[in-house]
Amino acid sequence: MSAYLLRRAWQIVPTLIGVILLVFVLFNLFGGDPATILAGKIPSKEKILAIREQLGLDQPWWVQLWIFVQQVFTFDFGRSWATNEPVSQMILQKAPVSITIMGQVWLLDALISVSLALWVAYRRGSLTDRSIMAICTAAMSISFLLYVVVGQYIFGYTLGWFPMIGWSDSFWTNLTTYAPLPVFLALLVTIAPSTRLYRSFIVEETDHDYVRTARAKGAGERRVMLVHVLRNAAIPIVTNLALSLPALFIGSFLIEKIFAIPGLGREVILAVDRSDFPVIKAITVYLGMLTMLVNLSVDLLYQRLDPRVQLK
Amino acid sequence: MDRSHGYWYSAGQRLWRDKLARVCIVILGFYLLMVVAAALGLVAKNWNEEVGVSYANPSFVPDYPNPQGSNSLVKAEPLGVDPAARAVDPLAPYYAEIERRAAQYERVTPEPRWTLPFGGDKWGRDVVAKTIKAGQISITVGVGAAILAVIVGLLLGATAGFTGGRVDSVLEWFYNVFTSIPYILLVLAFAAVFGRGISTVILVLGFTGWTATYRLIRSEYIKQRDLEYVQAADAVGASALRRMFVHILPNVSHLILVQLSQLVVEFIKAEVILSFLGFGVPTDLVSWGIQINEVLAELVLGKWWQLTAAAVAMSVFVVAFGLFTDVLRDALDPKASRK
Repeated sequence: MSAYLLRRAWQIVPTLIGVILLVFVLFNLFGGDPATILAGKIPSKEKILAIREQLGLDQPWWVQLWIFVQQVFTFDFGRSWATNEPVSQMILQKAPVSITIMGQVWLLDALISVSLALWVAYRRGSLTDRSIMAICTAAMSISFLLYVVVGQYIFGYTLGWFPMIGWSDSFWTNLTTYAPLPVFLALLVTIAPSTRLYRSFIVEETDHDYVRTARAKGAGERRVMLVHVLRNAAIPIVTNLALSLPALFIGSFLIEKIFAIPGLGREVILAVDRSDFPVIKAITVYLGMLTMLVNLSVDLLYQRLDPRVQLK
Repeated sequence: MDRSHGYWYSAGQRLWRDKLARVCIVILGFYLLMVVAAALGLVAKNWNEEVGVSYANPSFVPDYPNPQGSNSLVKAEPLGVDPAARAVDPLAPYYAEIERRAAQYERVTPEPRWTLPFGGDKWGRDVVAKTIKAGQISITVGVGAAILAVIVGLLLGATAGFTGGRVDSVLEWFYNVFTSIPYILLVLAFAAVFGRGISTVILVLGFTGWTATYRLIRSEYIKQRDLEYVQAADAVGASALRRMFVHILPNVSHLILVQLSQLVVEFIKAEVILSFLGFGVPTDLVSWGIQINEVLAELVLGKWWQLTAAAVAMSVFVVAFGLFTDVLRDALDPKASRK
């Protein structure tokens, strides 16, 4: 087990190097000269040279790469070019905001779509099953954007049930006032594809021999579904849920943009808009790292969920 | 006597026998026609012209309240100029001269229309023409990016799967790097560096979206490379390239086709979101995403027609293409059963 863990962790290293290289090549070689952006509207030659020296841009590329690697491991990406705020502090401030929204979406999505999928799979082939699946297919085809734009207009503007946009400093106000509408709209978008996916996992399990055995020895349909089938279908479902974890930190770009929620997603959009490279670089590298760690934990989780899996 | 038909012929027959597929093909054919016609300038050529008043009403609701419309409660008041003001106007002596010279030129001031077939936008542009033009650009971007992504995925996947060994390890590493960054973040990072524009969006989406195709093609090539027909080709002296692209490629081409149509839908959705955020198609052009971006302000004023036009055009296309992809997959793979 620990040997596996060590070897698996060792495999992360080349990927991590790759992500760092990709981000470095993208921004430092293709990204243009940041000094001309930083020097303002009327740049003087001395100012540009001074900025280049300050950022280490006058150094050869391997020195720049070394600076970047140091930045990654010391969590110090310097300051944002646009707001002059330290980048790490910015990330620490914005990430909880994204999680406030997306954590709820993640949890509710899991609860609702797994129970919906179980119910639909239980009544497989019935009218309920087919109509819910048809609704899911139709719902999936409509762009995310339309849900959010129209939903904000109807519930925020016409009906006035929720504030249209906004965020506050108090966690409780955010949870009760500003979060419900974005969470609700995000759920509308995510439930359809999740339900379809989980239904296919569950339906696949119901075709196995052990289900027939359980029925043959007299287990009720409910017991077959909730105990036998769900336990086995849990393996792909939990994997899928775990793999969607990194996305929580970035929130949903569109939701955060349209509802003016100051989370990481909105920060990325602002940074792209202002060519604020340190912020994008930092967020990209750290999310890449997070994804790798999540993948690693999913592998370990596998063994817990499925004792047949041997980690070698 | 029945003649036996080729693979593609029978796949096409299976496709055409499906009623749903036929409906989808007709719809997609109509969109394709519109795209080609708009690209050639046959329709929606003057989408950028301000033919109506601001937010012109759709023809079927001509009486919708509009301060610029014919039912406006605001009446234009001609402002008189009093003699005292005229006395100090330095241009006063020249007015007659100016009028006389201006009359030498033919001037056509088209009267802005109160109503347009499906209404107008803020600048009084025809929503129908605008939606057609937007569709042309969105679909072009989607199809272009999908073709690029499939080509990249195919080349890398075929190389990795067929060659194996060290080349495969390097390409797997490349794949791991690209998939360890959340997709939308990767797209935004590329967009931050490469800027805006139609060809840029195609390149960005294509060079970030090849990973799924790569995976699929790689596993398929690993499966195929040891089959007898490939060994036979090797035995008669076919080169590696020839085996990869002349012998194996036709046997995986149905997968590529399905992958291509899946990606078109995905990339159109991505383009809409990118353009909405302002990182996609430049704003002097129009796409479905740009239209939806304008809608945010319009809805509050009660102007629902541009949203309706863009939403219906986009949703019908995406639904039809999605269903078509499903049917296509079934038709191309007769052994696969639908769950």
